[in-house]
Amino acid sequence: MATAPLLSATPSGDLLELRPSGSWTAANGTTLEALSTGVMPQLDRSGSVKVDMAGVSELDTLGAWMLEKMTRRATSAGHRAEVVGAAENFAGLIEEVRQVNRHNPVPARGLNPVAARVNEIGRSAVSATDDVTVFLQMLGALFWAILGVLRRPRSLRLTSLVYQLYKVGWQAIPIIALITFLIGAIIAQQGIFHFRKFGADSYVVDMVGILVLRELGVLIVAIMVAGRSGSAYTAELGSMKMREEIDALSTMGLDPVEVLILPRIVALICALPILAFIGSMAALYGGGLVAQFYGGMGPAIYIARLHEAVSVTSFQVGIIKAPFMALAIGIVACSEGLRVKGSAESLGKQTTTSVVKSIFLVIVLDGLFAVFFASVGM
Amino acid sequence: MQGTTEHLAIRVTDLVVGFRRHVVIDRLSLDVRRGEILGLVGASGGGKSVLMRTIIGLIPRQSGEIEVMGSPIDANHDRASRSAAGKWGILFQQGALFSSLTVRQNIQFPLRENLALSQALMDEIATAKLEMVGLNPTDGDKFPSELSGGMTKRVALARALALDPAIVFLDEPTSGLDPIAAGDFDALIKTLQKTLGLTVFMVTHDLASLNTVCDRVAALADGKIVAIGPMHELLQSEHPWVRAYFHGKRSQMLQPRAS
Repeated sequence: MATAPLLSATPSGDLLELRPSGSWTAANGTTLEALSTGVMPQLDRSGSVKVDMAGVSELDTLGAWMLEKMTRRATSAGHRAEVVGAAENFAGLIEEVRQVNRHNPVPARGLNPVAARVNEIGRSAVSATDDVTVFLQMLGALFWAILGVLRRPRSLRLTSLVYQLYKVGWQAIPIIALITFLIGAIIAQQGIFHFRKFGADSYVVDMVGILVLRELGVLIVAIMVAGRSGSAYTAELGSMKMREEIDALSTMGLDPVEVLILPRIVALICALPILAFIGSMAALYGGGLVAQFYGGMGPAIYIARLHEAVSVTSFQVGIIKAPFMALAIGIVACSEGLRVKGSAESLGKQTTTSVVKSIFLVIVLDGLFAVFFASVGM
Repeated sequence: MQGTTEHLAIRVTDLVVGFRRHVVIDRLSLDVRRGEILGLVGASGGGKSVLMRTIIGLIPRQSGEIEVMGSPIDANHDRASRSAAGKWGILFQQGALFSSLTVRQNIQFPLRENLALSQALMDEIATAKLEMVGLNPTDGDKFPSELSGGMTKRVALARALALDPAIVFLDEPTSGLDPIAAGDFDALIKTLQKTLGLTVFMVTHDLASLNTVCDRVAALADGKIVAIGPMHELLQSEHPWVRAYFHGKRSQMLQPRAS
């Protein structure tokens, strides 16, 4: 039934007679396009066009459009065009195609590249101030909720708090211990390798101890938590927002911040210092193992040197930062979750934004704390 | 027997589909004639969508034969359903438009993947399809997230029709539309069916569209087709589920029109 499409053009005087035949369907689209461009020069030369459709066995929108294009080209040049011999069942389609593509849409004019770039910078500046507002709003709402809980301690969602603690604290321990263990081991190995050149390999213990306790332990753990729990918060709250669960809560007279966000952020604030402590210990342990097996330093010496090198202050400097980082991660994660709009793409986009922003904030906070501790002499 | 299959678009014989031990479709047979609009009704969760998805090869079947436009659909449906891509178009319930592409690119997608056409021609075809489903050519530059429910369905229909298939499957085409938009959509399906000579397989709960556009209605209950025929025949059916469906309280409201 499907036969190859053909198009014969026979000029007779001023008249060009086109005889399409075979299957003028989308399956033969490539051939059809070649055929129709082939007759265009002839079409432009001749005065009037007559299309004899008698030989067409199959016709669909694409084929009908190719034929319509040819006759339209003739008529737009002021010539006469007629279609004859079309089978009855094609008539509706030909009539339909005659109506389409009449008004070619004017393509939207783009800005010039420089203006577009400036436009973009302006927009991102505005959205940055927007981000600050959203962060402060969430911080305010959180404090308001905390005040509410202090006034009516029974309104604290204890079950939810314990469940979140289990999820962001307990379940995170294995992966966090593993990663920080490896980081501690890597630092120790690099330290031993390079310090050995000038006979200072016993100072590796000082480096590992101070670096891990003051900076790396808490920083690595905070970044891990932002990626693991922050993204989960955004996704959970975002999908609740999408399914109008948060609106449902509000209509029942409950404050979503108190019910959903407060337990999550409080859980994060409790869990992060504990995780940072576990992480630091795992890193010191990793460093110790490398010192023993790669550096040849026994555990007793390692511990004794560690005792000399680090003070409680180093530990305090590290662990004080943890709750603040947790607060930043929690606020960013929850406010990004509430910014999710109706679609699934927006959920994915906000989750990515949440992780990027909270890691950025964690590092900025770390820098600010470094300045602060330096100025108070810790 | 072979002679009679000539006018059939879809022929399903003794189809069995189930998940584990739960049988959803139980030795079902169904013929869809070429050029007709067949409406499929059934209880929610009763296997309407499963039947449709099995015919188009998205769900594997346990036994039975499926023939589409005279050629059998392979049970392990990898290659078969691919080569059948031009044979049918599917309008999914939520539209299933690709969210990262504009409306025009969505309609061009099947053309781009299956044929080697110039971009100019694909643009013209996409605009033609847009106009055929009653949309403005300027809507072509929008993204799916910017469309209303009715427009999404129309664009999805335009994409389903991109390769001019012989059969279109519509999964609840009017669900979620207001009565005016649903009525317009029904009229559109009827018009396109006439001009393009389509066979339409439509899963629907919309009594009004069953009444106005469907040539025949098939009722699916207990995994079988329990009644099939024009709407007025189904209204006479003695099957208890069919009676409950068409003579329930909700459908009584439509009775003055139906009778």
